Amino acid sequence: MKEKLQALLDEARVEIQAANGLKELEDLRIKYLGKKGEVTLVLKNMKDLTPEERPLIGKIANDVREAIESLLDASKDDKKGLEIENQLNREAIDVTMPSKGMPRGHKHPINVALDEIIEIFLGMGFKIAEGPEVETVYNNFDALNAPVDHPSRSLSDTFYITDDLILRTQTSPIQVRTMKSQKPPIKVIAPGRCFRNDEIDATHSPMFHQIEGLVIDKGITMADLKGTLDMFAKRLFGSQTKTKFRPHYFPFTEPSGEVDVSCFKCGGEGCRFCKYSGWIEILGCGMVHPNVLEECGIDSTVYNGFAFGMGLDRVTMLKYEIDDIRVLFENDIRFIKQF
Amino acid sequence: MRVPVQWLREYVDFSGINEKTLIDKLVLTGSNNEGSSKICDGLENIVVGKIEQITPHPNAEKLCICQVNVGEEVLQIVTGATNVFEGAYIPVALHGAVIAGGIKIKKGKLRGEPSNGMLCSLEEMGFDSSSIPKEFDDGILILDETYPLGMDILEALKLNESVIEFEITPNRPDCLSMIGMAREVAASFELELKLPEGYQHVEGDEVNKLASVKIEAPELCHRYVARVVENIVVKPSPQWMQLRLMQAGMRPINNIVDITNYVMLEYGQPIHAFDLHALHQGQVVVKCATEGEVFETLDGKERTLTAEMLMITDGVKSIGIAGVMGGANTEISNETKTVLIEVASFDKSNIRKTSKTLGLRSEASSRFEKGVSTELPLEVVNRVCYLIELMGAGKTVDGIIDVYPKGKQPVKIPFTVEGINHVIGEKIGKDQMIKLLNRLEITVEDGEQLVANIPHYRLDLQKEIDLVEEVARLYGYDQIGMTLPRLDVWGAKTNAQMIKDRVKFELLSSGVDEMLSYSFVSRKELDKINAPEHSLLRNQVALINPLGEEFSVMRTTLVPNLLEVLARNSNRKNKNVRLFEIGSIFIPREIPITQLPIEKESLVIGAIGEHEDFFTLKGIVEGVLGGLGIENYTFEKESNHPTYHKGRCANILWNGHVLGILGEVHPTVLENYDLVERAYVADLDYNILLQLAKEEKKYRAIPKYPAVERDIAVLVKDEVTSYQIEEVVTRIGRPLLESVKMFDMYKGKQITEGYKSVAYALVFRAEDRTLVDEEVNKIFNKILKTLEEEIGAQLR
Repeated sequence: MKEKLQALLDEARVEIQAANGLKELEDLRIKYLGKKGEVTLVLKNMKDLTPEERPLIGKIANDVREAIESLLDASKDDKKGLEIENQLNREAIDVTMPSKGMPRGHKHPINVALDEIIEIFLGMGFKIAEGPEVETVYNNFDALNAPVDHPSRSLSDTFYITDDLILRTQTSPIQVRTMKSQKPPIKVIAPGRCFRNDEIDATHSPMFHQIEGLVIDKGITMADLKGTLDMFAKRLFGSQTKTKFRPHYFPFTEPSGEVDVSCFKCGGEGCRFCKYSGWIEILGCGMVHPNVLEECGIDSTVYNGFAFGMGLDRVTMLKYEIDDIRVLFENDIRFIKQF
Repeated sequence: MRVPVQWLREYVDFSGINEKTLIDKLVLTGSNNEGSSKICDGLENIVVGKIEQITPHPNAEKLCICQVNVGEEVLQIVTGATNVFEGAYIPVALHGAVIAGGIKIKKGKLRGEPSNGMLCSLEEMGFDSSSIPKEFDDGILILDETYPLGMDILEALKLNESVIEFEITPNRPDCLSMIGMAREVAASFELELKLPEGYQHVEGDEVNKLASVKIEAPELCHRYVARVVENIVVKPSPQWMQLRLMQAGMRPINNIVDITNYVMLEYGQPIHAFDLHALHQGQVVVKCATEGEVFETLDGKERTLTAEMLMITDGVKSIGIAGVMGGANTEISNETKTVLIEVASFDKSNIRKTSKTLGLRSEASSRFEKGVSTELPLEVVNRVCYLIELMGAGKTVDGIIDVYPKGKQPVKIPFTVEGINHVIGEKIGKDQMIKLLNRLEITVEDGEQLVANIPHYRLDLQKEIDLVEEVARLYGYDQIGMTLPRLDVWGAKTNAQMIKDRVKFELLSSGVDEMLSYSFVSRKELDKINAPEHSLLRNQVALINPLGEEFSVMRTTLVPNLLEVLARNSNRKNKNVRLFEIGSIFIPREIPITQLPIEKESLVIGAIGEHEDFFTLKGIVEGVLGGLGIENYTFEKESNHPTYHKGRCANILWNGHVLGILGEVHPTVLENYDLVERAYVADLDYNILLQLAKEEKKYRAIPKYPAVERDIAVLVKDEVTSYQIEEVVTRIGRPLLESVKMFDMYKGKQITEGYKSVAYALVFRAEDRTLVDEEVNKIFNKILKTLEEEIGAQLR
């Protein structure tokens, strides 16, 4: 009996080795270990053995059973691995074929730039103010200390709807609206569309975008203005950006200035974007003129503040090296999808 | 303002400061640089020569042969110029020289005769033909002085320095002058200003026998100063003056005109010279024109005047448009013997209006309209007389006429050191502050309070705040520190701003690109979208002065802009275009317009492309509504909107409100936009979306128990809508029905004409238990029965 068991094991080993596929292995398992399997039959015949032989043969029979089981398992693992391997080989693809492309929408580049700027100012504690595109002459000019005969008021510069209503030429009327509707402290930026009577060409558009900033409180200084805009420039154009403040003139601020940033294309070495000067003019700014504060109902002996503004289209064009303002408003998706 | 550096040196000595340092500093003190160039840039090897001998060219009638002494040698040069003569000093381009335009000059033969160089004209030296005096228009430049032969011509004529262009801001008209710019240099570098010499002998009243001045409109003419110069000899002005005028961009005419222009450029004060003999009894009367009067100006053009225009007359006839241009009838000619020099102050608004109405801008008017100090005329008139005498061009008559009805009070501005530091944010001491102001010729009275005495030419300084900028710019904007304002406010978007972000997020996620288009459109756009004649959309806000018809009215809908952009993309062969815009529309409150129109935002979405149809667009719209948490809206067929395909258009309804419309664009509209493919457009009322948007979201537990799924397929008449079926299914299926969704719709073979087969997937689920089949069957059968009863559905 002992020999028979040993022979079964040898036989099984050979057959398992020769087995082809999981199905055959399962057949072998039934053949040897199934209810009517050969090893099982041996065990069933144990009752014919003497009590002395029983434990001995029983142990051998169990050993053989376990040995076959483990042979089967090992072989099964091998076979399974092989089958998966075959499947994977069969299913190989050309990974350089095109993707199925999940369509994604793209923001207009002006709004990409705007969102970036908004993000910076939100982080600096600014809120966002808005105002209408059709404005009063009062909000756009009079309240902003613009001289009555200033050329910018003329029909050749400003679009008129009536004698008193125009398309705003700047976002500054939002300042007026904000100051008239809120008590200081005020800290807002105001983006929006503006309009000027310019013929369309590569650098002019009758519609363009500005973003304006206004801070009003007690004890605001030019140093605050410089610090704010310097930080803004560093966040927008990179931390190595330098700013240069130059005196300038605007009717609604006094003192007034313009801000150049070190060219973010060449780092200030000189290139075609900065016209080889190393600097790019980006902002107009100044301390809000006391006349404007008073006109908007803010006591200029108690409060003062600063304002600044920049051309959003210009910033967008510089940032992405767009050389023709017209493409901004053509809305060709081959353009928009780049941003 | 064009500033020739060499000329600037006349008024301030900045030797030792190079051009770059000069420009950089002036930029920081407020005179922005707009470039700098040398008129004669790139010239090489052009020297002073003298023509020793001229002989005819043997082979060419129009050429002659000159023997030219250039110092070390005598060169033979062939020229075609006709204004050369023996003994003339001229610029000579030697062999190897470079003239304007980078052209190289080489030895050669002209019609057989050797020519070892070239005699140069002003244009060949780099001057613009528009500023070259007529006498040298097409001839060689004849030098009017003797120079060492062989000397570099640029050195001889002092042309080797740059002309710097400065941007002058509107508040600083005083800087539209050489002296004004020299003042800025002096203040910036702490140098001394040197004013030019003027005529001192002003006593006597001879002048009153020859001329008189009367101002009849004192509110428009604040001052009128006149002097008379006799024995005038009209001739070209000296070359040094001509060259300076040319560098400043003005064409030399004759000595008298050139002097008036020269002094104007020096002081910024316009000057006019009349031929005194053309004036009736030597009278000058300043008054307004007669309405409709026709007047011929110096440029030979006839101008029709209005009664608002201030004129210079001689009491009988007009002789000049005040501050704009003189008349042809009193122009200086070669016969002129006596001139009246006018140096006056006019109201800037009046000059601006006149100049604009006539469409006539001159050097004079552009200065007057920005503002010129009334304290300048005396100094200026004397300078003119001085130069005329200096050039031997005339003899000044004793005495000055000065009509100055109101005079001028000096401006004094009280200020405090703290007040100025408070704005700047620095601690500038009193002494330093006074010194900074002194550099600008502002003296400070340091008594009980500080008072600044403002020089007459600084028309922009009126209040303490104006002094802040003066102190700040000389202190240096770059010297001011950087701080951040400390405000107890936080940065945040408003709800509406955050909702807009959400809308955009949904659209971008659906693959829709963002477009931005003009707020103004053509009136015809509404015809193109088939808007009826009486459509409310035609109540538009119109511009008085549009750029053209295509930009003449404010839009009342964004649909035309969208269609135009879709068409442009389609025509450019862009495939699968999805675009949206959120932009304002403008609705008048009344016609005619007297107040601000209603301005509200609108959202349009459009799509073209082979994979697009009504339902892809519907999906995008649902995405937006879903993103805003808007529920329980319905789509209802709309077959009367002229912009859309009547069988493929729907209104989006919510609780009786129309949220918007979407549909396939009507074929004629497509044609109007030259669109050759189908387009799908949604036009949503953004304001309502904004109001309905839910800001809060609440968690719903994920179901614990399994669902039971059942499909249903029925045959219904064509006109039965999916909504009708869903409505029945939902009504009967509640509360165990979790969802119902159509998954198939079939017409054609095996289906009776006029019928369609529709199939829906139903999902049932209970929150608190596992549903058993019997329970679901009961509901399912009831749904079937109701479908049959209410809409005649037959089970398939």
